[in-house]
Amino acid sequence: MKILLKLFLIFARIGGFTFGGGYAMLPMLQKEVVEKYGWATQEELMDYYAIGQCTPGVIAVNTATFIGYKIKGIPGAIMATLGVVSPSLVIVSVIAAFISNFQDLQVVQHAFAGIRAAVVALIISAVIKIGKKSLVDIFTVIIFLAVAGLSFFTDISPILFVVAAGVCGLVINLAKLRKVKDGGEK
Amino acid sequence: MIFLELFARFFLVGLFSVGGGLATLPFLTDLGETTGWFGSADISNMIAISESTPGPLGINMATYVGFQIGDHMGTAFGFLGSLIATLGLITPSIIVIIIISKVLVRFRDSKYVEFAFYGLRAASVGLITAACLGVAKTAFYHAEALTQTGSIFMAVDYRSIILSALIFICVTKFKKIHPIVFIVAAAAVGIIFKL
Repeated sequence: MKILLKLFLIFARIGGFTFGGGYAMLPMLQKEVVEKYGWATQEELMDYYAIGQCTPGVIAVNTATFIGYKIKGIPGAIMATLGVVSPSLVIVSVIAAFISNFQDLQVVQHAFAGIRAAVVALIISAVIKIGKKSLVDIFTVIIFLAVAGLSFFTDISPILFVVAAGVCGLVINLAKLRKVKDGGEK
Repeated sequence: MIFLELFARFFLVGLFSVGGGLATLPFLTDLGETTGWFGSADISNMIAISESTPGPLGINMATYVGFQIGDHMGTAFGFLGSLIATLGLITPSIIVIIIISKVLVRFRDSKYVEFAFYGLRAASVGLITAACLGVAKTAFYHAEALTQTGSIFMAVDYRSIILSALIFICVTKFKKIHPIVFIVAAAAVGIIFKL
Protein backbone atom coordinates (compact mmCIF):
# COMPACT_ATOMS: atom_id res chain seq x y z
CA MET A 1 0.00 0.00 0.00
CA LYS A 2 2.80 2.34 0.96
CA ILE A 3 4.67 1.71 -2.28
CA LEU A 4 1.55 2.48 -4.31
CA LEU A 5 1.15 5.83 -2.60
CA LYS A 6 4.82 6.51 -3.19
CA LEU A 7 4.48 5.69 -6.91
CA PHE A 8 1.55 8.08 -7.14
CA LEU A 9 3.32 10.93 -5.33
CA ILE A 10 6.66 10.60 -7.13
CA PHE A 11 4.99 10.50 -10.52
CA ALA A 12 2.74 13.41 -9.59
CA ARG A 13 5.85 15.41 -8.79
CA ILE A 14 7.39 14.42 -12.11
CA GLY A 15 4.21 15.31 -14.01
CA GLY A 16 3.91 18.62 -12.21
CA PHE A 17 7.31 19.78 -13.36
CA THR A 18 7.39 18.38 -16.87
CA PHE A 19 7.24 21.33 -19.21
CA GLY A 20 7.10 20.59 -22.92
CA GLY A 21 6.10 16.96 -23.39
CA GLY A 22 7.35 13.52 -22.54
CA TYR A 23 10.98 14.15 -23.46
CA ALA A 24 11.27 16.93 -20.91
CA MET A 25 10.40 14.30 -18.31
CA LEU A 26 13.71 12.51 -18.82
CA PRO A 27 15.90 14.56 -16.43
CA MET A 28 13.26 14.15 -13.71
CA LEU A 29 12.92 10.41 -14.33
CA GLN A 30 16.68 9.97 -14.14
CA LYS A 31 16.80 11.79 -10.83
CA GLU A 32 13.85 10.10 -9.13
CA VAL A 33 13.43 6.71 -10.75
CA VAL A 34 17.03 5.79 -11.55
CA GLU A 35 19.25 7.65 -9.08
CA LYS A 36 17.07 8.08 -6.01
CA TYR A 37 14.87 4.98 -5.91
CA GLY A 38 16.65 2.57 -8.26
CA TRP A 39 13.32 1.51 -9.79
CA ALA A 40 14.90 1.21 -13.26
CA THR A 41 18.32 1.49 -14.92
CA GLN A 42 19.33 4.09 -17.51
CA GLU A 43 19.12 1.40 -20.19
CA GLU A 44 15.63 0.33 -19.14
CA LEU A 45 14.52 3.95 -19.26
CA MET A 46 15.66 4.16 -22.90
CA ASP A 47 13.88 0.88 -23.68
CA TYR A 48 10.66 2.30 -22.25
CA TYR A 49 11.04 5.50 -24.27
CA ALA A 50 11.61 3.51 -27.45
CA ILE A 51 8.56 1.32 -26.86
CA GLY A 52 6.55 4.34 -25.71
CA GLN A 53 7.23 5.90 -29.11
CA CYS A 54 5.67 3.10 -31.09
CA THR A 55 2.75 2.22 -28.85
CA PRO A 56 -0.46 4.22 -28.62
CA GLY A 57 -0.74 7.14 -26.27
CA VAL A 58 1.33 9.82 -24.68
CA ILE A 59 5.00 8.90 -24.00
CA ALA A 60 4.95 10.23 -20.45
CA VAL A 61 1.98 8.01 -19.62
CA ASN A 62 3.51 4.98 -21.32
CA THR A 63 6.75 5.39 -19.38
CA ALA A 64 4.92 5.82 -16.08
CA THR A 65 2.84 2.71 -16.76
CA PHE A 66 5.98 0.68 -17.54
CA ILE A 67 7.76 1.67 -14.35
CA GLY A 68 4.66 1.33 -12.20
CA TYR A 69 4.03 -2.15 -13.58
CA LYS A 70 7.63 -3.18 -13.00
CA ILE A 71 7.48 -2.09 -9.36
CA LYS A 72 4.03 -3.27 -8.31
CA GLY A 73 2.15 -4.97 -11.16
CA ILE A 74 -1.17 -3.67 -12.46
CA PRO A 75 -2.06 -1.57 -9.38
CA GLY A 76 1.41 0.01 -9.64
CA ALA A 77 0.89 0.78 -13.32
CA ILE A 78 -2.44 2.47 -12.60
CA MET A 79 -1.15 4.51 -9.64
CA ALA A 80 1.98 5.75 -11.44
CA THR A 81 -0.10 6.75 -14.45
CA LEU A 82 -2.75 8.53 -12.41
CA GLY A 83 0.09 10.29 -10.59
CA VAL A 84 1.72 11.58 -13.74
CA VAL A 85 -1.55 12.98 -15.14
CA SER A 86 -3.05 14.43 -11.95
CA PRO A 87 -1.12 17.75 -11.88
CA SER A 88 -2.16 18.45 -15.49
CA LEU A 89 -5.72 17.59 -14.65
CA VAL A 90 -5.87 20.00 -11.73
CA ILE A 91 -3.84 22.85 -13.24
CA VAL A 92 -5.38 22.82 -16.70
CA SER A 93 -8.97 22.57 -15.50
CA VAL A 94 -8.43 25.39 -12.98
CA ILE A 95 -6.98 27.55 -15.75
CA ALA A 96 -9.83 26.64 -18.07
CA ALA A 97 -12.36 27.46 -15.35
CA PHE A 98 -11.03 30.69 -13.91
CA ILE A 99 -8.35 32.33 -16.01
CA SER A 100 -9.13 33.41 -19.51
CA ASN A 101 -6.22 34.22 -21.80
CA PHE A 102 -3.79 32.68 -19.32
CA GLN A 103 -1.22 32.14 -22.04
CA ASP A 104 -1.29 35.84 -22.98
CA LEU A 105 -0.25 37.02 -19.51
CA GLN A 106 3.16 38.73 -19.74
CA VAL A 107 4.42 37.16 -16.54
CA VAL A 108 3.57 33.66 -17.80
CA GLN A 109 5.41 34.30 -21.05
CA HIS A 110 8.54 35.52 -19.25
CA ALA A 111 8.48 32.57 -16.87
CA PHE A 112 8.19 30.18 -19.79
CA ALA A 113 11.05 31.78 -21.68
CA GLY A 114 13.18 31.03 -18.60
CA ILE A 115 11.80 27.52 -18.19
CA ARG A 116 12.53 26.67 -21.83
CA ALA A 117 16.17 27.69 -21.37
CA ALA A 118 16.36 25.44 -18.30
CA VAL A 119 14.67 22.53 -20.10
CA VAL A 120 17.28 22.69 -22.90
CA ALA A 121 20.13 22.51 -20.36
CA LEU A 122 18.47 19.72 -18.38
CA ILE A 123 17.73 17.58 -21.44
CA ILE A 124 21.28 18.00 -22.76
CA SER A 125 22.69 16.80 -19.44
CA ALA A 126 20.20 13.89 -19.40
CA VAL A 127 21.13 12.93 -22.96
CA ILE A 128 24.84 12.92 -22.09
CA LYS A 129 24.20 10.60 -19.15
CA ILE A 130 22.05 8.24 -21.16
CA GLY A 131 24.23 8.45 -24.27
CA LYS A 132 27.18 7.04 -22.33
CA LYS A 133 25.13 3.91 -21.62
CA SER A 134 23.38 3.55 -24.98
CA LEU A 135 25.97 4.64 -27.56
CA VAL A 136 28.43 1.83 -27.04
CA ASP A 137 30.13 1.51 -30.42
CA ILE A 138 30.35 3.01 -33.91
CA PHE A 139 27.05 1.43 -35.05
CA THR A 140 25.00 2.90 -32.23
CA VAL A 141 26.61 6.30 -32.78
CA ILE A 142 25.65 6.15 -36.46
CA ILE A 143 22.04 5.20 -35.60
CA PHE A 144 21.94 8.03 -33.06
CA LEU A 145 23.23 10.67 -35.49
CA ALA A 146 20.95 9.51 -38.31
CA VAL A 147 17.82 9.52 -36.12
CA ALA A 148 18.63 12.85 -34.44
CA GLY A 149 19.29 14.56 -37.78
CA LEU A 150 16.39 13.09 -39.72
CA SER A 151 13.96 13.59 -36.89
CA PHE A 152 14.92 17.26 -36.46
CA PHE A 153 14.95 18.19 -40.15
CA THR A 154 12.10 16.08 -41.52
CA ASP A 155 8.53 15.19 -40.52
CA ILE A 156 9.08 11.43 -40.66
CA SER A 157 7.13 9.63 -37.93
CA PRO A 158 9.19 8.55 -34.91
CA ILE A 159 7.62 5.08 -35.21
CA LEU A 160 9.53 4.52 -38.42
CA PHE A 161 12.85 5.40 -36.76
CA VAL A 162 12.19 3.12 -33.84
CA VAL A 163 11.24 0.16 -36.03
CA ALA A 164 14.18 0.73 -38.40
CA ALA A 165 16.63 1.03 -35.51
CA GLY A 166 15.31 -2.17 -33.95
CA VAL A 167 15.80 -4.03 -37.23
CA CYS A 168 19.31 -2.53 -37.62
CA GLY A 169 20.20 -3.66 -34.11
CA LEU A 170 19.04 -7.17 -34.88
CA VAL A 171 20.91 -7.36 -38.21
CA ILE A 172 24.14 -5.86 -36.85
CA ASN A 173 24.25 -8.23 -33.90
CA LEU A 174 23.39 -11.31 -35.96
CA ALA A 175 26.17 -10.36 -38.39
CA LYS A 176 28.58 -9.95 -35.48
CA LEU A 177 27.54 -13.32 -34.13
CA ARG A 178 28.10 -15.01 -37.49
CA LYS A 179 31.53 -13.40 -37.77
CA VAL A 180 32.51 -14.75 -34.37
CA LYS A 181 31.26 -18.22 -35.35
CA ASP A 182 33.12 -18.20 -38.68
CA GLY A 183 36.25 -17.06 -36.91
CA GLY A 184 35.87 -19.90 -34.42
CA GLU A 185 35.57 -22.54 -37.14
CA LYS A 186 38.72 -21.42 -38.88
CA MET B 1 -25.00 10.53 -22.30
CA ILE B 2 -22.36 13.03 -23.34
CA PHE B 3 -19.78 11.89 -20.77
CA LEU B 4 -19.85 8.34 -22.03
CA GLU B 5 -19.30 9.63 -25.54
CA LEU B 6 -16.48 11.86 -24.26
CA PHE B 7 -14.75 8.84 -22.73
CA ALA B 8 -15.21 6.74 -25.86
CA ARG B 9 -13.99 9.48 -28.19
CA PHE B 10 -10.85 10.15 -26.17
CA PHE B 11 -10.28 6.43 -25.77
CA LEU B 12 -10.06 6.24 -29.56
CA VAL B 13 -7.74 9.26 -29.74
CA GLY B 14 -5.47 7.58 -27.18
CA LEU B 15 -5.60 4.30 -29.03
CA PHE B 16 -4.61 5.69 -32.41
CA SER B 17 -2.23 8.51 -31.63
CA VAL B 18 1.17 6.89 -31.63
CA GLY B 19 4.34 8.86 -30.97
CA GLY B 20 3.67 11.40 -28.27
CA GLY B 21 1.54 14.43 -27.48
CA LEU B 22 1.65 16.21 -30.82
CA ALA B 23 0.57 13.01 -32.54
CA THR B 24 -2.84 13.52 -30.90
CA LEU B 25 -3.31 16.73 -32.90
CA PRO B 26 -4.68 15.34 -36.18
CA PHE B 27 -7.06 13.14 -34.21
CA LEU B 28 -8.23 16.06 -32.11
CA THR B 29 -8.83 18.15 -35.22
CA ASP B 30 -10.87 15.31 -36.63
CA LEU B 31 -12.75 14.93 -33.35
CA GLY B 32 -13.64 18.63 -33.35
CA GLU B 33 -14.94 18.41 -36.89
CA THR B 34 -17.08 15.30 -36.40
CA THR B 35 -18.59 16.25 -33.04
CA GLY B 36 -18.65 20.05 -33.32
CA TRP B 37 -17.39 20.18 -29.71
CA PHE B 38 -14.62 22.63 -30.59
CA GLY B 39 -13.12 24.39 -33.61
CA SER B 40 -9.64 25.11 -34.90
CA ALA B 41 -9.41 28.34 -32.86
CA ASP B 42 -10.02 26.29 -29.71
CA ILE B 43 -7.27 23.92 -30.77
CA SER B 44 -4.65 26.65 -31.15
CA ASN B 45 -5.80 28.03 -27.80
CA MET B 46 -5.37 24.57 -26.31
CA ILE B 47 -1.86 24.18 -27.70
CA ALA B 48 -0.87 27.55 -26.24
CA ILE B 49 -2.23 26.58 -22.82
CA SER B 50 -0.64 23.14 -23.01
CA GLU B 51 2.70 24.71 -23.73
CA SER B 52 2.39 27.08 -20.80
CA THR B 53 1.45 24.47 -18.20
CA PRO B 54 3.30 21.47 -16.84
CA GLY B 55 2.44 17.98 -17.95
CA PRO B 56 2.27 15.96 -21.14
CA LEU B 57 0.78 17.82 -24.08
CA GLY B 58 -1.80 15.16 -24.95
CA ILE B 59 -3.08 15.05 -21.38
CA ASN B 60 -3.36 18.81 -21.17
CA MET B 61 -5.35 18.88 -24.37
CA ALA B 62 -7.74 16.16 -23.22
CA THR B 63 -8.24 17.96 -19.91
CA TYR B 64 -8.92 21.26 -21.64
CA VAL B 65 -11.35 19.84 -24.20
CA GLY B 66 -13.13 17.80 -21.53
CA PHE B 67 -13.57 20.91 -19.44
CA GLN B 68 -14.96 22.96 -22.29
CA ILE B 69 -17.53 20.30 -23.11
CA GLY B 70 -18.74 19.75 -19.56
CA ASP B 71 -18.64 23.47 -18.77
CA HIS B 72 -21.80 24.11 -20.82
CA MET B 73 -23.69 22.45 -17.96
CA GLY B 74 -21.83 24.24 -15.16
CA THR B 75 -18.29 24.45 -13.78
CA ALA B 76 -18.60 21.25 -11.73
CA PHE B 77 -19.45 19.36 -14.91
CA GLY B 78 -16.42 21.01 -16.50
CA PHE B 79 -14.16 19.32 -13.95
CA LEU B 80 -15.99 16.02 -14.46
CA GLY B 81 -15.48 16.40 -18.22
CA SER B 82 -11.74 16.99 -17.70
CA LEU B 83 -11.44 13.86 -15.63
CA ILE B 84 -13.40 11.67 -18.01
CA ALA B 85 -11.60 12.85 -21.17
CA THR B 86 -8.22 12.32 -19.51
CA LEU B 87 -9.12 8.86 -18.25
CA GLY B 88 -10.36 8.00 -21.73
CA LEU B 89 -7.09 9.10 -23.26
CA ILE B 90 -4.86 7.12 -20.89
CA THR B 91 -6.86 3.88 -20.67
CA PRO B 92 -5.60 2.39 -23.97
CA SER B 93 -1.98 3.21 -22.99
CA ILE B 94 -2.33 1.46 -19.66
CA ILE B 95 -3.81 -1.66 -21.24
CA VAL B 96 -1.30 -1.85 -24.10
CA ILE B 97 1.75 -1.19 -21.92
CA ILE B 98 0.70 -3.78 -19.34
CA ILE B 99 0.38 -6.37 -22.11
CA ILE B 100 3.80 -5.41 -23.52
CA SER B 101 5.34 -5.53 -20.04
CA LYS B 102 4.03 -9.07 -19.56
CA VAL B 103 5.47 -10.14 -22.92
CA LEU B 104 8.80 -8.42 -22.20
CA VAL B 105 9.16 -10.19 -18.87
CA ARG B 106 8.77 -13.49 -20.66
CA PHE B 107 11.29 -12.70 -23.43
CA ARG B 108 13.72 -10.58 -21.44
CA ASP B 109 16.49 -13.15 -21.73
CA SER B 110 16.03 -13.67 -25.46
CA LYS B 111 19.14 -12.55 -27.30
CA TYR B 112 16.98 -11.31 -30.20
CA VAL B 113 15.14 -8.89 -27.93
CA GLU B 114 18.47 -7.68 -26.58
CA PHE B 115 19.76 -7.29 -30.17
CA ALA B 116 16.78 -5.15 -31.15
CA PHE B 117 17.08 -2.99 -28.03
CA TYR B 118 20.71 -2.32 -28.86
CA GLY B 119 19.45 -0.36 -31.87
CA LEU B 120 16.31 0.98 -30.19
CA ARG B 121 18.22 2.69 -27.38
CA ALA B 122 20.40 4.58 -29.83
CA ALA B 123 17.27 5.69 -31.70
CA SER B 124 15.67 6.82 -28.43
CA VAL B 125 18.67 8.99 -27.63
CA GLY B 126 18.48 10.38 -31.17
CA LEU B 127 14.79 11.25 -30.87
CA ILE B 128 15.31 12.95 -27.53
CA THR B 129 18.21 14.95 -28.96
CA ALA B 130 16.02 16.06 -31.87
CA ALA B 131 13.26 17.11 -29.47
CA CYS B 132 15.83 19.05 -27.46
CA LEU B 133 17.01 20.82 -30.62
CA GLY B 134 13.38 21.78 -31.25
CA VAL B 135 13.04 23.31 -27.78
CA ALA B 136 16.41 25.05 -28.20
CA LYS B 137 15.22 26.59 -31.45
CA THR B 138 12.12 28.09 -29.81
CA ALA B 139 14.10 29.20 -26.79
CA PHE B 140 17.08 30.79 -28.52
CA TYR B 141 15.88 31.89 -31.91
CA HIS B 142 12.98 34.24 -32.65
CA ALA B 143 12.10 34.05 -36.31
CA GLU B 144 9.66 36.99 -36.06
CA ALA B 145 12.49 39.29 -34.90
CA LEU B 146 14.43 38.41 -38.04
CA THR B 147 11.53 39.35 -40.33
CA GLN B 148 10.87 42.56 -38.40
CA THR B 149 14.41 43.87 -38.14
CA GLY B 150 16.12 41.97 -40.92
CA SER B 151 19.05 41.32 -38.59
CA ILE B 152 20.07 37.84 -37.59
CA PHE B 153 21.62 39.31 -34.42
CA MET B 154 18.22 40.50 -33.23
CA ALA B 155 16.74 37.04 -33.77
CA VAL B 156 19.20 35.24 -31.52
CA ASP B 157 18.23 35.41 -27.86
CA TYR B 158 21.62 35.74 -26.17
CA ARG B 159 20.20 36.11 -22.67
CA SER B 160 18.39 32.78 -22.91
CA ILE B 161 21.54 31.11 -24.24
CA ILE B 162 23.54 32.48 -21.29
CA LEU B 163 20.88 31.32 -18.81
CA SER B 164 20.86 27.88 -20.41
CA ALA B 165 24.67 27.66 -20.33
CA LEU B 166 24.76 28.70 -16.66
CA ILE B 167 22.16 26.08 -15.76
CA PHE B 168 24.06 23.43 -17.71
CA ILE B 169 27.24 24.22 -15.79
CA CYS B 170 25.36 24.03 -12.48
CA VAL B 171 23.70 20.73 -13.45
CA THR B 172 27.06 19.14 -14.26
CA LYS B 173 28.82 20.60 -11.23
CA PHE B 174 26.18 20.06 -8.55
CA LYS B 175 24.77 16.65 -9.32
CA LYS B 176 22.74 16.50 -6.11
CA ILE B 177 20.44 19.41 -6.97
CA HIS B 178 17.00 18.32 -8.16
CA PRO B 179 15.94 19.40 -11.68
CA ILE B 180 12.84 21.04 -10.16
CA VAL B 181 15.09 23.59 -8.44
CA PHE B 182 16.53 24.66 -11.79
CA ILE B 183 13.10 24.92 -13.41
CA VAL B 184 11.72 27.11 -10.62
CA ALA B 185 14.86 29.26 -10.57
CA ALA B 186 14.77 29.68 -14.35
CA ALA B 187 11.11 30.73 -14.22
CA ALA B 188 12.03 33.36 -11.61
CA VAL B 189 14.96 34.60 -13.70
CA GLY B 190 12.64 34.79 -16.73
CA ILE B 191 10.16 36.96 -14.83
CA ILE B 192 12.78 39.21 -13.20
CA PHE B 193 14.79 39.85 -16.36
CA LYS B 194 11.73 39.84 -18.65
CA LEU B 195 13.15 37.20 -20.98
